[in-house]
Amino acid sequence: MRIRIAHTTTYRYEAPPKTVTQVLRLTPRNHDGQYVVNWRIDLSRDCQLYQREGAFGNISHSFTAEGPFDELSVSVEGEVDTQDTSGIVRGAVERFPPALYLRDTQLTEADAAIIDFAEATRAKAGADPLTLLHALTADLNETFAFDIEPTHVGTTAAEAFKLKRGVCQDGTHIFIAAARHLGIPARYIGGHYCRTDDDGPQEAGHAWAEAYVDKLGWVGFDPTHGISPTESHVRVAVGLDYLGAAPVRGTRHGGGHETMAVSVHVTPASRQAQSQSQS
Amino acid sequence: MSSAFDEMKGHDGTAVRPAYGELDRWLKEVPPDVLDYRRREAELIFRRIGITFAVYGEADATERLIPFDVIPRIMAAEEWRRLEKGLTQRVNALNLFIKDVYGDREILRAGIVPEDMIFRNPAFRPEMNGQTVPHDIYVQIAGIDIIRVDADTFYVLEDNARTPSGVSYMLENREIMMRLFPELFSRHRIAPVENYPDELLATLRSVAPRSTSREPNVVLLTPGVYNSAYYEHSFLADKLGVELVEGRDLFVKDEIVYMRTTQGPQRVDVIYRRVDDDFIDPLAFRPDSILGVPGLMSAYTAGNVTLANAVGTGIADDKAIYSFMPDIVKFYLGEEPLLKNVPTWRCREPEHLSYVLDHLPELVVKEVHGSGGYGMLIGPSASKIAIEQFRAKLKTAPDNFIAQPTLALSTSPTCVEQGVAPRHVDLRPFVLTGSNGVRIVPGGLTRVALKEGSLVVNSSQGGGTKDTWVLDK
Amino acid sequence: MLSRTADNLYWLSRYVERAEYLARILDATQRLSALPLAYVGTGNEWESAVLTAGCAGSFFKTYETATEENVTDYLAFSTANPSSIRNCFEMARGNARAVRTALTGEMWDAINGTWLELKRFGTGPGSREETSRFLRWVQESSLRFDGSAYRTMLRNDAYWFSRLGVYMERADNTARILDVKYHLLLPDNERVGGPLDYFQWAAILRSVSALTSYHWVYRESLKPWLVADLLILKEEMPRSLASCYEAIVRNLDAIATHYGRQGPSQRQARGVRTRLQNSKMDGIFQRGLHEFIGEFITENNRLGMAITEQFLQ
Repeated sequence: MRIRIAHTTTYRYEAPPKTVTQVLRLTPRNHDGQYVVNWRIDLSRDCQLYQREGAFGNISHSFTAEGPFDELSVSVEGEVDTQDTSGIVRGAVERFPPALYLRDTQLTEADAAIIDFAEATRAKAGADPLTLLHALTADLNETFAFDIEPTHVGTTAAEAFKLKRGVCQDGTHIFIAAARHLGIPARYIGGHYCRTDDDGPQEAGHAWAEAYVDKLGWVGFDPTHGISPTESHVRVAVGLDYLGAAPVRGTRHGGGHETMAVSVHVTPASRQAQSQSQS
Repeated sequence: MSSAFDEMKGHDGTAVRPAYGELDRWLKEVPPDVLDYRRREAELIFRRIGITFAVYGEADATERLIPFDVIPRIMAAEEWRRLEKGLTQRVNALNLFIKDVYGDREILRAGIVPEDMIFRNPAFRPEMNGQTVPHDIYVQIAGIDIIRVDADTFYVLEDNARTPSGVSYMLENREIMMRLFPELFSRHRIAPVENYPDELLATLRSVAPRSTSREPNVVLLTPGVYNSAYYEHSFLADKLGVELVEGRDLFVKDEIVYMRTTQGPQRVDVIYRRVDDDFIDPLAFRPDSILGVPGLMSAYTAGNVTLANAVGTGIADDKAIYSFMPDIVKFYLGEEPLLKNVPTWRCREPEHLSYVLDHLPELVVKEVHGSGGYGMLIGPSASKIAIEQFRAKLKTAPDNFIAQPTLALSTSPTCVEQGVAPRHVDLRPFVLTGSNGVRIVPGGLTRVALKEGSLVVNSSQGGGTKDTWVLDK
Repeated sequence: MLSRTADNLYWLSRYVERAEYLARILDATQRLSALPLAYVGTGNEWESAVLTAGCAGSFFKTYETATEENVTDYLAFSTANPSSIRNCFEMARGNARAVRTALTGEMWDAINGTWLELKRFGTGPGSREETSRFLRWVQESSLRFDGSAYRTMLRNDAYWFSRLGVYMERADNTARILDVKYHLLLPDNERVGGPLDYFQWAAILRSVSALTSYHWVYRESLKPWLVADLLILKEEMPRSLASCYEAIVRNLDAIATHYGRQGPSQRQARGVRTRLQNSKMDGIFQRGLHEFIGEFITENNRLGMAITEQFLQ
């Protein structure tokens, strides 16, 4: 499936900042299940973008834009060919052995409630890792409600689990916390999800988890949809948690209050052509 | 504890060791009230000098001064030479180990250090993986804690490879001693320490990025006035003649670090940073940090700035990794370690754990990631209840602990309420590593446990400091 | 030097200068309000004090009318008023602490000593005597700090930035008094107000400690236009706008020479100084005193921003 992705984040400043510095993880890489046909990043201000490979093999760009300006936008546009691999990720850039992904982070620390949840799932599903991970995914999908209201980027797995509501980031953190508690290396994946139906809100980005299963390697699990990733998933960045894979981390010096608007289009490439001709 | 080796009188307490000959004579000559008077005078001066840097006027300010003992701890030239060799070897191994762990991982492949002890360790920084640092030096400034158990045996107690502090006390203690006891000085030939700031600056300059063409611009990065070691930061910046900067004084543009000056942006080449990894760049580590410099890691990984010490050096001074240090020295240098390691049981290993649980009353148990003497159990002096409580803690999370035998730290004559009495001491020499080799100013910071019988020298637990004399013979 | 260091030195001086100015206003107002009504007219002197302190907006959010008690409290002791004398000293000491090593020992002792002593005055004025003792102490503290800076600092950029803070604040303060009291200084006022305003003129001079100087300079009884002349154009009078700008230009020039570069703040400061030098009181009165002062305040603020932009951030 060819997926076209176009998104723009626009920052507006009440008072112009002196400088804005950002680190972007917005560029997907190839693996057996996805091939990046073309990809570009555009900034509304003239400044140099520096590309590097980050800790987990992610491609990152950093820039410093010098003010004053009232508005700054970061646009990404590209096409990716994807293939269904039953969630198994092969041929991706790997910089660490799976053991690294057993580390706890502040966002993914399992509290007593998550430990109970993980243990209960194991008691029910048995010790076979693949079955267990699928059971975790299904359970989370059932008990955890999608709701953009109650959580934010800094919400921990434990906090979200208590609320039983949140966005894909929260579900993914809970999954990771539970898997690591069970001794299974797990990691956070930031990316995009191409909807084939038209109802419901389009999320700015999507997130799911990958867990390491002996003999199979890294396998994706998407608690938000209760499935393993399909050809509708475009994998962009890997991390121990959201912070390591965050699409944008930035700061500014000087200036007043900032507002942010995001527009995202993730569409099958053929349909995109159609909708463009209609507009 | 009575069997402890005394720096002045050895094991049996009869014959005075040669290095202490003059001091012994002097202590016998000087009337006790004079010594006491000098002691109070020292405190006053120390307070006044220290006060120049501490935040006086605030309720807790005076309490922040660490007690100072006027009787020096003395080492013979020969003793120091041996120690110096051992320290150099140790720090060379630390640097090679860190480079390897973030690079080729040969030591893991060789099966010497278990893989998960590195990768699951919070002190391991994935962000440093595959990065090179200028001149392959990671630990430019190390504070190696040394204890002594007899005339010939020194142990390394801890390798401090992150942001070791205390060097200002080493310098201040010497200043005060020279002012208070000029005639005691004239009876000895004591190797100077006052050149430490010069050596430090030379070291920092030598590790500037290779791309730096001008005289490298060095700055000292402090978390700010509210940090407990702030006075040391400002003291050192003054002595080095470099700017004392806070995170907000620096910014990164086009992967280059600049400081904001009244004459516009000025490029920075070397940052002697006293801010922990976690807080150094909110875009790479803790996003809520306001002490760091946004984008610093991108300038760092681009090779445009040197951080001293490097990011991620904590992997080398972790207490669990510590137990592997003799093997680490052998692996990288092909030499036998010159300094001993305190035998250490890793509670993560079942047979070690069961030994530790069986011998709690005679062991010291420490938290792997703790520091400052907190969260530890000193078996011989702990109550039965405390031991049982600790046993429970140990069983729930054995990975978090290591255990060591209770070592009799050497004692050194110390001025206390009742007169002069032996008290346990350790030593923190400061080891500088630059592109042109290792430099160690003779001596270091001697810490002393002022409470009778106490083995805890940490200032947070009632320890004091002494001047450390290395005789120049 | 680091911009933050320069910024701290600059604001350290500004806050100390501001504290002194507030003390002078309170002192002058206290004297004025002690006179029988027949001598000073019916205006509320305490309201006028709040206006000259430049915090009328926030003051009247808390209080309906200005009285001796609430104005003294608000300008001197209040923690709610960011520019109270107490807060000025708090902030000055905070600035000093942040750049401790850029100060001489004497400067640190002066400002830290002031800060420590401040605590002894408690949270509010007790009696009038107590208040006036406090106000005198504030002025002495400021003098002590200013003197220690003048006598002990190296003559380098640190010194020039600290001086710049003093004169920028002083120019602003003098202009603010003129802005509130300008109507008393118009030439025809002598006829209109007559002797009634005599004590007002004296109070104005007292609030810039220039009552004695006036007599030395003019050897005349108080005339409103001469009071205006003294405060605006006389370079020999240390708190006049002209004198402040002579010093501002001198210090900015020292910085420019040292750095080998002129910038917007140097140009702005010279522009203002030239206008002051080329002005005569007649012309100012003709074009309108109030307009002249208003323009000066705008220009002075613009210079403040230029200095910040060019050096301090």
